[in-house]
Formats: sequence, structure tokens, C-alpha cells
Amino acid sequence: MAEEAAPTESSPLRPGRAARFIPRSPVGWLGLLFVALIVLWLGRNLVADPSEFFSIFFIGLTNGAVYALVALGYTLVYGILQLINFAHGDNFALGGLVASTVIVSWFGLGGDPSTGAVVVGIAVALVIATAFSSALGTTIELVAYRRLRNAPRLAALITAVGMSFILQDIGLVGWGVSFRTIDPLISNDVAFSIGDVGFQWNKLTVLALTVPVLLVLTWLVRSTKQGKAMRATSMDMDAAAMMGINVNRTISFTFALAGGLAGAGGLLYFLHFSSIRYDTGFQLGLIAFTAAVLGGIGNLSGAVLGAILIGLIEQFNEGLPLWSPGSDWTRSIVFGILIAILVFRPEGLLGERTPEGG
Amino acid sequence: MTATEANGGGTILELEDVHTFYGSIHALKGITIEVREREIVTLIGANGAGKSTTLRSINGLNRPRRGTIRFQGQVITDAPAHKIVKMGIAQSPEGRRLFPRMSVLENLQMGAFQRSGKDKDLHSDLDRVYTLFPRLAERKSQMAGTLSGGEQQMVAIGRALMARPKLLMLDEPSMGLAPIFVERIFDIIREINEQGTPILLVEQNAMMALDVAQRGYVLETGTIALADEAKALRQNEQVRKTYLGEE
Repeated sequence: MAEEAAPTESSPLRPGRAARFIPRSPVGWLGLLFVALIVLWLGRNLVADPSEFFSIFFIGLTNGAVYALVALGYTLVYGILQLINFAHGDNFALGGLVASTVIVSWFGLGGDPSTGAVVVGIAVALVIATAFSSALGTTIELVAYRRLRNAPRLAALITAVGMSFILQDIGLVGWGVSFRTIDPLISNDVAFSIGDVGFQWNKLTVLALTVPVLLVLTWLVRSTKQGKAMRATSMDMDAAAMMGINVNRTISFTFALAGGLAGAGGLLYFLHFSSIRYDTGFQLGLIAFTAAVLGGIGNLSGAVLGAILIGLIEQFNEGLPLWSPGSDWTRSIVFGILIAILVFRPEGLLGERTPEGG
Repeated sequence: MTATEANGGGTILELEDVHTFYGSIHALKGITIEVREREIVTLIGANGAGKSTTLRSINGLNRPRRGTIRFQGQVITDAPAHKIVKMGIAQSPEGRRLFPRMSVLENLQMGAFQRSGKDKDLHSDLDRVYTLFPRLAERKSQMAGTLSGGEQQMVAIGRALMARPKLLMLDEPSMGLAPIFVERIFDIIREINEQGTPILLVEQNAMMALDVAQRGYVLETGTIALADEAKALRQNEQVRKTYLGEE
């Protein structure tokens, strides 16, 4: 199980795929050596205290699931417009703030509410936060990006950064400068154990909400007519229009989808980390963006893989007892990964070098 | 059908004094052409004369600033691209523009995207394409991006046919192909036309184009320089010198 942080090196891949990971340069071999050292480090920690290791692994996996919801939005939008939608992280934060209002102010959850109230409260918050962020995402595209579609990419990128600040200010005005907090709604009692490792209700809930969302998303993109329109539009917008695809509507749909995922992510973040405020989306957005790049931007499975890897790396770094750099280094490590990926493997772990994607 | 009859002689597509711009560049300076039922009409001319722009004006990707485009009697000048496809104009674009990370079959299915048709229709249309291009049946699960140029051209034409077009527009179907493929593509163009589909053909290979077409237009820097029967154009001194490379 020590391979978790480096599945690309050690999982049983088909030969054709595995060949892509055989280094072709000294730098590649250095990278491989580095990964090997990490695997050794993880292995040493695993042997030293298996139950601690797996409990940290489980926290990382849960954080990664939340990141994945946000990372998917970056990758969906990038896939179709080649635009890094920097406002996406702030859309996520606003979704989380809306969810906090629903849960705290409308339902008055907190303290020690009944299970029924919690379930209803979370369900309503999920619907409202998802709908809100979905509508917000579509609106941003309509107002800020649509007219810039044929403009130089830099113009749209700057607009996205501007949009990000606007959303932060909206969050600041609407919800104030202090953190919205909540007592944990879902108990951290152990639901079941395998050996020494306990699986807690609160983390299971996050996974139970995330996994179906990811499955539905995959089905939607792979198998539905709308998904086909998205794939075609992402490969060649003009050709898609010549097939009778309504390109504008397809792009709106993509933003709605990305926004919806961000809204759901905002709710889960609020439940999982118990606090959120107007600027939470800035850093989390960058982390999710790193995850999307790590997996291969534009690639849906890549975004999920990258997000889970980042979640695990953060937790291993902060939690493993032996020789871990510690939480002071977490951000440096995460963005170090971003830089390393951009320099050495810009197409990401699962991305492919494509003529249009570079 | 009354609209068609009112337009006299079964004209299916009409462009009237069409002016189209790329930003501030005046690319089409008043183009007037028509395509009638069952015809192959070709647009020939040098690079940058406005051939592809004419097609982009028709298919809604680059709307004219002035002038009128009518399809089956209906004005489509300002219609969005996806509606124009739905009305029955399909195109095999310049450079093929396949979806590279979709299989041949998926590309062909994309051609029928706008038709909410039943699977049965889809099958008979696929059969038709595979009959025209048996090679595609062998390659149907291969990614389109990995095909040879000639095979890609077949997919592009097949994909346009999957829309069951009332008018088929082909943009440079022979570009970059080996001579043997060029012959084959032009045979297919003739065959599709004989099955009843009118074709607007844009070509740099003027010789082949005038051979297969009934009528032709010669474009020069955004205007129609000549319009005539294809036979007459082939005899025309100017055309022979400029486009057929004869002295």
C-alpha cells in the first residue's frame, strides 16, 4: 500500500502506457530517484505505525475528494475554452458561504441537532449551493468571457483574475470578514473498522457525496448527447458548429456544470473543514488548479487523480511521524509540484501531448 | 416547396451582393452566386480570393455585413451556424477538421448530431457512407487523428453526408492528397451528386473541379470575375492561363 503517492510508477499498467514513464533523460532519472525516495519514506512510516498511516491516508483521501470537485471545474472549462477560470475558486467559496447561510441561519444547525435535521439541512444546502454556483458560473461566462472568445488568451485570463476579485468582494460584502464556522455536524465516530483502522462517519459522508457526483459526471461526458457536444466543442469549436452543435449553449452548460461542482465542493468544504470565508477560494482554487495541472489539465480522470494525490501529499507531509517536513512546508511543496510539473511534464500525469493543447 | 418554385428553376441557394469582413479586412466585396437543384457548382480562384470565406458566410461562422443569403427561399443571412446545419447545409471543411480524439465511427455519428433521428436511420446512413468509402468500415474504431490524409478526407465527406444534407459544401477536398486519392475523391463527389445532392465545391485544383461541375464561378480578391458553364470556363483563355496552368 506504500505506492499510494506514486501509482503512476508502480501500478500494473499496460506496457504501452508504462513505457511513457520510463525516463528519457538524466532529469527523468533524478525524478524517478526522488519518487523512489518518497516511496521508501512512505514505506518506512507504514511499517512504523500502520494504523496511524492509514488514518492519515484516509484524511488525505477525503480532502482530495473535496479538491477534486473544484479541480474538475478548472479542467472542464480549460478543456473547452483553453481558459484558466481563476474566478472558479471564488465561485466555490461563494457556494460554501451560501451553504453556510442555509445550514446555520435557515436551519439553525449546530450544537447537537438531530440526525434528521442534519440530513434535511445538508440536502437543502446542497441543492441551493449547487444551483447558486451553477447560475453564477454561467453568468460569469456570459458577462465576462463570451465576448472575449476570439480575443487573445491573455485578455480572457486577466478578465478571469478580475472576476475573481469581484467575487471575493461580493463575499466580503455579503458575509463579512470573519470566518463562518460551525460545530461538526457529522460525528467522527467510527462507522466500521478494518483491523486497526477506523472509518469515521464524517469522512465517509464526504466520500459518499463525492463518488456518485464523479460517476454521474463521467457518464454525462462520455455517454450523453450533451457530453458528446462538449467533447466535440473542446476539440474543434468551428467543426462542432458545423455539426449543428449549439456551441454557445454547450459552453454555458459546461460553466453550469463546473459551477455546480464548485457549489457542492463549497458545501462539503464547509462541513469538512468547519470554517469558510470570502477569501477561502483563493488558496483552495490554486490548490485545485495545481491538482488539475498535475493530473493533466483538460483530463477529467486526471483532475480527480491529481486532487487525491495533492490531498494525500498534504496530509502525509503534515501528519506522518517520521521525517516529515511539517505543515510549514505544505504550501511550498504543493506549489513546488506545480512548478515541477509545468517544467518537466506540462501535459500532466494522464494528459497527452496534443497539437492544440501543447 | 412553393418557395423553391417561386424562386424559379429550383434554385436551392442564392447569395446576393454578399459583403463579408474579417475584422477590418473586406474579404468579400459583393458576391452573387446561386446553386440549383441537382447541380455541382464550383468556386475556383487563387489563395485568399475569398472561396472559404464564401462558405463561412453561408454556414453562419462568419456572417456577412451586407447582402442576403437565401436557402430554399428562406433568408439565412443572420441564422446561427447550428440552425443552418439543421436546415440542411452540411460541409466538409478545409483541412478536414475532424475530431482527432474520437474514433471514425464517433466522427461519423457527430455528423448526424442535429438529427434527432432514430437509430435505424443512423444505421442506413452509416451503411451508405461505408458503401461509398469501404476503407472507413475497416477503420471505424480507429482514432480519427491517426488516419492518413486521404482517409481523413473520406471521414470529413462521410461526416457531412451523415447530416443528410440538402446541400453539400466541400472545401478543398483534394488538398494534400496523392493523385490516386484525388481521382477517387472526385469520383465519389460525382456519385454523391448523382444520388441527388447538390454540391457547392471549392477547389484549387481547377482542372478537376471544372471537369466534375456543371457551372463555375471564378473568384478574384473578393469579387466574382467570371461566371459560366464549366465547359465554357475550361475553354476560357484567361482561366486556362491563370488556373489551369496552360500557356
